[in-house]
Amino acid sequence: MKKENLIQYIYGIADNALILGQRLSELCGHGPNLETDIACTNIALDLLGQTRCYYQYAAQLSGDKVTEDDIAFLRTERQYKNVLLVEQPNVNFGYVITRQFFYDVFHLLLLEELQNSDDEILSAIAKKSIKEVSYHQRFSSDWIKRLGDGTEVSRKKVQDAVNDLWKFTDELFHLTEDDKNMLENGVGVDVSLLKEKYYQVINEILEEATLIPPELKWFRKGGKEGIHSEHMGYLLSDLQYMQRTYPNMKW
Amino acid sequence: MKKNWPLWEVFVRSKNGLEHRHFGSLHAADEEMALENARDVYTRRSEGVSIWVVESKHITASNPENNGELFEPAQDKVYRHPTFYTLPDEVKHM
Repeated sequence: MKKENLIQYIYGIADNALILGQRLSELCGHGPNLETDIACTNIALDLLGQTRCYYQYAAQLSGDKVTEDDIAFLRTERQYKNVLLVEQPNVNFGYVITRQFFYDVFHLLLLEELQNSDDEILSAIAKKSIKEVSYHQRFSSDWIKRLGDGTEVSRKKVQDAVNDLWKFTDELFHLTEDDKNMLENGVGVDVSLLKEKYYQVINEILEEATLIPPELKWFRKGGKEGIHSEHMGYLLSDLQYMQRTYPNMKW
Repeated sequence: MKKNWPLWEVFVRSKNGLEHRHFGSLHAADEEMALENARDVYTRRSEGVSIWVVESKHITASNPENNGELFEPAQDKVYRHPTFYTLPDEVKHM
């Protein structure tokens, strides 16, 4: 097992949390009302906390004065390994919730497997994060039902978001070279095996929400290889602004 | 004008053995959402082990105009306070 594979594998998990957390934190002060504003930024903070655990581990593996901040702020776009789903813009609350829901269901399934990893640190991070992510899923599923089974307008908005974001869900189950490598070494999770259960959970909740899962044959991919959508550059310019403008600045 | 969700009052028990206390209020569409919002708004710094929510309209409040007749008669009756004996140091929460 090569150290570099493990580091890349960690990015593959942690970058999702970082980028989704960044998207949610854009809502800080802009949520639909005070209560959901706080809820969304709480989730953002949970994700950021998880990201830090992963990055600290990756930094430790990288050695040579690399810090968690270098990993978060100083990589180029192609070096981020998050899936396309999490970088999609907020558009409206229906999109925020749908993106969250699509990711939370996957995230929980992933962590439930990752806690059995032979890598003690990854296993510990997974165990610690499961409670948080269970709550995230409860929150987003609840809102999917409220919006779907709500008013005509809320139903239309969330159905649009479901239709639009569905094409990003398949990528969650693609195995990268690093995934395969970590799988062989008992460290990684075979995400392709999570697919069936994932769509089962998603479809059950969509049905309860009176929403219709799109029949789609074509899916988008690329994020896991560092090939991102057009939104990623803008997101990173926000995320990295302070470190790029004032190198090595500290709070 | 945008219609607001109903107002709810939030009571939190900060640890086992203590009573629920009024923490504040919030808006929510129903009791389930009120609980979740209360969790996010009032217990995110681990302030609590239990939450009660009740819709504000169910609370009957005394009228401030009646404060005179309700509360003032008690002010000159110091003998109603248990202050005429010394408490041992070991007794807490009094």
